[in-house]
Amino acid sequence: MANYPEYFNPDMELLTRPEIEALQLQKLKKTVEHCMNSAFYRQRFAEAHLKPEDIKSLDDLRRIPFTTKQDLRNTYPFGMAAVPLEQCVRLHSSSGTTGNPTVILHTQKDLDMWANCMARCMWMVGLRPTDVFQNSSGYGMFTGGLGMQYGAEKVGMLTVPAAAGNSRRQIKFITDFGTTAVHAIPSYATRLYEVMQEVGVDPRRDTKLKTLLIGAEPHTEEQRRRIEEMLGVKAYNSFGMSEMCGPSVAFECQYQNGMHIWEDYYIVEIVDPETLEPVPEGEVGEMVLTTLNREAMPMLRYRTHDLTRILSGPCPCGRVHKRLDRMKGRSDDMIILKGVNIFPMQIEQVLMQFKELSSQYLITLYTTDDNDDMRVDVELNEMTDDYNFLQNLTRQITLRLKDEILCTPKVKLLPKGTLPQQEGKAVRVKDERKHFA
Amino acid sequence: MTINQLSIFLENKKGTLLQVLQILKEAKVQIIASAIADTVDYGILRIICNNPKEAYQVLKDNGIAVALTDVFAIALANKVGEAAEVTSIFAKADISITYLYSFLMNGKGILIFRTDNADEAAKVIESNKLTSFSESELESL
Repeated sequence: MANYPEYFNPDMELLTRPEIEALQLQKLKKTVEHCMNSAFYRQRFAEAHLKPEDIKSLDDLRRIPFTTKQDLRNTYPFGMAAVPLEQCVRLHSSSGTTGNPTVILHTQKDLDMWANCMARCMWMVGLRPTDVFQNSSGYGMFTGGLGMQYGAEKVGMLTVPAAAGNSRRQIKFITDFGTTAVHAIPSYATRLYEVMQEVGVDPRRDTKLKTLLIGAEPHTEEQRRRIEEMLGVKAYNSFGMSEMCGPSVAFECQYQNGMHIWEDYYIVEIVDPETLEPVPEGEVGEMVLTTLNREAMPMLRYRTHDLTRILSGPCPCGRVHKRLDRMKGRSDDMIILKGVNIFPMQIEQVLMQFKELSSQYLITLYTTDDNDDMRVDVELNEMTDDYNFLQNLTRQITLRLKDEILCTPKVKLLPKGTLPQQEGKAVRVKDERKHFA
Repeated sequence: MTINQLSIFLENKKGTLLQVLQILKEAKVQIIASAIADTVDYGILRIICNNPKEAYQVLKDNGIAVALTDVFAIALANKVGEAAEVTSIFAKADISITYLYSFLMNGKGILIFRTDNADEAAKVIESNKLTSFSESELESL
């Protein structure tokens, strides 16, 4: 077997703290200058009476206004682009039809940089060209599909784009192709194990599995350890979001003690979501990210609404790139279910279209056997004796919701007056999932 | 030719049936017959009673999801094969029965049912000389 180096990108991965900061400042200046090619940022800077040359130090970053998801919606589809469309080669878009979805554009260089960063993450957890990588993530608009694909190919692995679902087929691929590494959301990893038991496949005896890349879906340390125990693998947590490309933003190393965020790609800030001022080092706050390498859609101080903290102390792996703790929740009402981002407003707008329903509803997120699910309780305006009608109504609501949020919730009809009347700020979401316990 | 039935939405939860029955009891409503069709999440409770219109209002005022439904009530002789006999009459006329339930009252068998075509069903009942009850006839039994 070939003797592979330990690091994919040693020049960048082994930078010292002063080197990282010098590089970040240089890249930040370049990014800000490049942002002036974007109509959106030109206006933003003019409104803030800010010029690119005002950014002289990393501290000056804080003079730049935040960018929000609403900004992405307002400039839908191409208003944030910093290059002409003819230089863009790929587009990823968020799910849903409520309001404007968000669009992220990529140039060929953006895709190359993304693949490189993804490959760096995979290499970091020990994957090499000798591995067989199976991606059980949805393809299409979902960045976990193509993002992982290009990264795995960049590593040089034999890559199986199995895509989501069809567990028996996934298991056949794993055994027939000698798959050593799988990318899947945590709940699907558990599902795969269950189906392996049904078809009599022992992951330790009958497969070559050794690595699992998980993420996208919130999960506990206990869930991770259980997945590792069940499948006889090491499972690595990760963080990504389509606004920042997708997967590869931050990844655990072999020590599994927090996710290294690549600081030659991003500047990370942790701020108080109320005051938007930085929190003291090591405290939980909202993560704000600035891209340093993006051409098509650079983003300055993007509010992720994800709550986390920076873990202190050196990492035995030798990389000084900051480590993020597990995501602690959200500073807005966005729900993350099975790796899909859902806003309660999307659900409300679907329900409003059914005149058979009252305006009250309740979204409950719950866990059964390590599987997260959503139930939507709705109220019937008028009773009818027609059982078919009720059944049909339930089915129609379920289908429309599925079209909007890409997950199939369980819809429960209730008589009018059952749900608590909402006064003031409505509580529409009840999260009973295990990872928030 | 039809009578009023209460159709009540019941969440599949402890105490919901009792709540409805208590309201009817306090309103001094006499239940003559009842049936529940259930699914995983909810059931439809169907009730034949005296004063259905008043019962409907009381339930509605108490926030219960209720509808008044027209159903047929016909007499069945208390003998083997009678239900099959009556059902075959509707089958021949190509009328589907949506649901049915039956009960005995003072020795008389009574069949309550709803069809997918009430007008045709009424004609069939008449032409086959089946005995159907009105509300007052049912109460006076």
